[in-house]
Order: sequence, then C-alpha cells, then structure tokens
Amino acid sequence: MLGKVKTQELARKVRIHAVKMVSKGGSSHIGSVLSMVDILAVLYGRVMNYESKNPKWIDRDRFILSKGHAGVGVYAVLAECGFFNVAELDKHYQDGSIFSGHVSHKGIPGVELSTGSLGHGLPVSAGMALAAKIDKKNHKVFVVMSDGELDEGSNWEAFMFAAHHDLNNLMAIVDRNKLQSMKTTEETLSLEPLRDKLIAFGWNVIEVDGHNHDELFSAIDSDTKKPKVIIANTIKGKGVSFMENKIAWHYQTPSGDLFDKAMLELRVEK
Amino acid sequence: MRDALVKSLFMLAEKDSRVMLLTGDLGYGVFEEFEKKYPYQYLNIGVAEQNMMGIAAGLALEGKIIFTYSIGNFPTLRCLEQIRNDACYHELNINIIATGGGFSYGGLGMSHHATEDIAIMRALPGMTVLVPSTSEESETGVINLYETAGTGYLRLDKSKFENTKSIEGISVGKANILRRGSDITLIAVGGIAKEAMKAAEILSSANIECRVVSLYSVKPIDIGVIKSACEDTLGIITIEEGNLTGGIGSAVSEVCLDNEFKPKIFYRFGLNDEYSEIVGDQEYLRSHYKIDCSSLVSKIKSLFDN
Repeated sequence: MLGKVKTQELARKVRIHAVKMVSKGGSSHIGSVLSMVDILAVLYGRVMNYESKNPKWIDRDRFILSKGHAGVGVYAVLAECGFFNVAELDKHYQDGSIFSGHVSHKGIPGVELSTGSLGHGLPVSAGMALAAKIDKKNHKVFVVMSDGELDEGSNWEAFMFAAHHDLNNLMAIVDRNKLQSMKTTEETLSLEPLRDKLIAFGWNVIEVDGHNHDELFSAIDSDTKKPKVIIANTIKGKGVSFMENKIAWHYQTPSGDLFDKAMLELRVEK
Repeated sequence: MRDALVKSLFMLAEKDSRVMLLTGDLGYGVFEEFEKKYPYQYLNIGVAEQNMMGIAAGLALEGKIIFTYSIGNFPTLRCLEQIRNDACYHELNINIIATGGGFSYGGLGMSHHATEDIAIMRALPGMTVLVPSTSEESETGVINLYETAGTGYLRLDKSKFENTKSIEGISVGKANILRRGSDITLIAVGGIAKEAMKAAEILSSANIECRVVSLYSVKPIDIGVIKSACEDTLGIITIEEGNLTGGIGSAVSEVCLDNEFKPKIFYRFGLNDEYSEIVGDQEYLRSHYKIDCSSLVSKIKSLFDN
C-alpha cells in the first residue's frame, strides 16, 4: 500500500502510460481515462488488498471497470502495480494484441471482467459481492462506472438489487465528468438530482472531488451498512489542459505537437 | 417437463452447495419447496433479466454453478448481450432454463411465443443448447448442463410428451433416437416431436417406416446421426416449432453441406420467417402453421409419391 504522495506519483505515471498507449495505438477515449486515473491510483495505491504476483488470490478485493472504454487506465495501473511488465503496454491496440481498446480479462493478469458495452459492470459486481456474503468472505468489490452509462437501465436494476440484499461490501464509484458521447449528461438525459436518486435507491451516497486523493480515500474507507456509491466529481481529460472538458477527446488521438505538449504537461523528461 | 426440471434441481442442490437457482420472478407453485429447503441456493431476482444474468455472472465468477429460470424469451432475448459478453465470453457455468418453448403459451400472444430462441442461442460461441422432447431428456438435461463447462441453454416445452424412453441414452452431443425406421428420418426438437411420432405411426400403415430422432443436443450437434440418416434412409425431414431461419433445420442442413452428405429428400417444417398474429392453444397453432401431425403425413406421403 502506498502513501498519499506516492498515489499522486502513481496517477502521474498512469496518465503518461495512457497518453502514450493511445497515441501509439491510434486509439481513443483518452478523456475518459484521464478523468478516472486518480480513482484508480487511490484504489490500487491505498485501498485495495491484492497480490500482484498471485492475481487470483482468493481474498483479494475485486475491481471491475464498467466503463470498459477506459481500459488503458486499468492496463497501465496494473502494470505499474506489478501485475505484468510495463513493456507489455506497448502492445495496446496493435494487430494481434490482447490489450484491446475495451478492457479484456483474457490473458491479462488482474482484470476480473471484460467490459465494453455499458451497463454490465454493476450487476456482475453485485453478483460477486453476493457470493462473498454467501461464502462469508471479507473482501470488497469495487466498480468504477461512468456517469453517461447510468442511462442504461440495467444499472438501476442492480442498484435496487444491491440495496435489497444489503450488499455493503459493494462500492460503486461514479466518474462524474458530466460529459458523454455527444453532449453533457444533462443535455442528453439528465441524471440530476443524481445524489437524491441514489439515496432513494437505498445506497449510502458520498460526493467528493474525484481528483482529491484524500477525499477519495476517506470516502472509500468509511464504514457503511448499505452499499456505497461515491459520486466522484471529475474533469474529463484531467491532467492535460487542452483535453480538459472537451468532448472531442472522447475520440481524438494525441499525436505530433499535441502529444509532445501532453507529455510536457505530465512532466515527462525527454 | 417442469416436474422433471425440479426433480433434477433438487438432486443437484443437495449434492453440491455451489448450485444456485435464480428466477426472474417466475415459477409460482414450482419453486416454493426448493426455496424452503435450500434458502441460500435460491434467489428471486425480480422482474429484471439483465440484472439476473449479470448477478449470475458475478456469482459464477466466484465459483457458483448457476441455473437461471424464466419463461419464453425473457431469460434469453431480454438479456442477450449479458449472455454473450458476461456468461459465454467468460466461459461461466451458467445454465439458462426457459419454459414455454414454441407455442407453449400460444394464447398469450407473440411476446410469449419463443420461436427464435434456439437459432439465437446456438449462434453464440461457447453455448451448449439442449432442447428436450421428453421428460426423460428434461431431467437429464439439467444434469448434463451442470456437468458441462461453459454456458448452456435448456429449452423446455409445456406440451406433454411422456413415456418415450431413449433407446441409446441421453448425453450432450448426442441425438436421441425415439423410433427406429429405415425409409426416412424425421428430426424434431421439443414437444413437437410428439407430432413426428404420431405421423410415423400413421405412415407405417402406409408402408413408410420413419426413423424419429429427437435432436436433444442442438449444439454440439450429432453429426453421426445425420450421416446415418443420409446414408441409411432416403433423407431428412426436420420439424421445429419455431422460425426456420437459423433453427434446427438450418443446423442439420449445415452439417449436410459441410460434410458432403447428400440426402435425396430434405424438407424443413417450421415457421416461414413470421410472427404469429393470432392466438390459440399449442395444438391449434401447430395445425394453423402446418407443422402438426396431419401436415407431416400428407407432405411426407407426397414426397414418396414423387
């Protein structure tokens, strides 16, 4: 487990890997990755129990990325945390590679579930949390969701289910960057008042600055009798100024001068 | 068929505590005893099939062996992507049980007619598809799926077709020969195999001896039984209470083409790419869509006359 200074450094490294991977692969969704990097850094750096060389360790905490399009962030944090060699990240999006654009569990240590279609992660996570309750296990299940994916009805089925079954070993973290595929969430299909909705569904709701590691840690670490959801207010593209709050970076690939500029902002030495 | 299902589920739940039954709020009067006896192995998810399949995947990832249950198209089409991505791709031992195959719920209307499920389920890589025609096959089907790695589909029928014992046993990958005969082979799935059996008896009196095969294991399919039908009889008639597109007639024809089997006769009974806009009981709708016994008899006679 890392201290808070080190989670900042972990986040910075993950951002650098992510921008490099997306640039080399010619892939996309970098804005969605950067908005959740701090969440990943706190989870993998300070919160979760795991053994990177024994990724199927029975008592590990489980992590599911429901917003599978941000998979490069997970690949990068897993590599930085020792699940596999960081050199593997160069394979992302290359022909014949298993490091797909959307997160895949096939052959990649540490990935619990392949996702990519939205609205799948929370129901599966709830099933995993229920299994832990049945088997009297103490590990937790963490799932990171996008705010846009809350449009999917399957999530609300699972929100109801988890509350009904008192799954307080399940924690959802909503990456609330407020932008989805074409416009803002509020222009597309308004989520607000999101906090009230989630409370009404029977969850313990905590709202934090999703880039503040201490706030994230305290919220994640707090005890709860109900399933807990953290609304992490984030900035899409966080960490690279020209990507921040720009929907275009859901799709664009940084290359040339823009790549260099991103690297400079992330303090990469040439 | 439901009684056979429940009997097998009790047996499995008793011997293996990993076995869990999830229902999408259906099975009134069927599962109460199960819930009472195995409260930690039973869960009514609510009317939420996508969530049911997601929960099933989460439980199965943690080592549980899951049976999901609902009727008609609900446990399959309503949550098709969860079946594809969460269950099949992760190679999870999740076994979907649907009752009400074909026109079992004929009177309830097209929402409750399960007429494309076999085609769609068999199109998924890694999926085992079992479609029992008899109670014996239903009872064994549950156990076969439990023992088979990966995701499975067991499609049950409401129509009663009892007391026909398998000749050579029932297993995954094997068709079940219900009647011996050397003139022509009738291949059917589900309760409609009853119509094939009745037709075979009538045709026998006209000196046409039909072999009747229940294509219990739609996937993996029994290539040997199809080969024998092509080589030892004049050909194959398939009978299904569902759409012809992608159904079992398609599956059998694929085997013939891939293996260069050349039946002299090949004919498919089923729905001609349509939904039923009318209602009626199962027998009425079979007759309406000309997939009943008398339609089989007259068509097969005409094939032999030519």
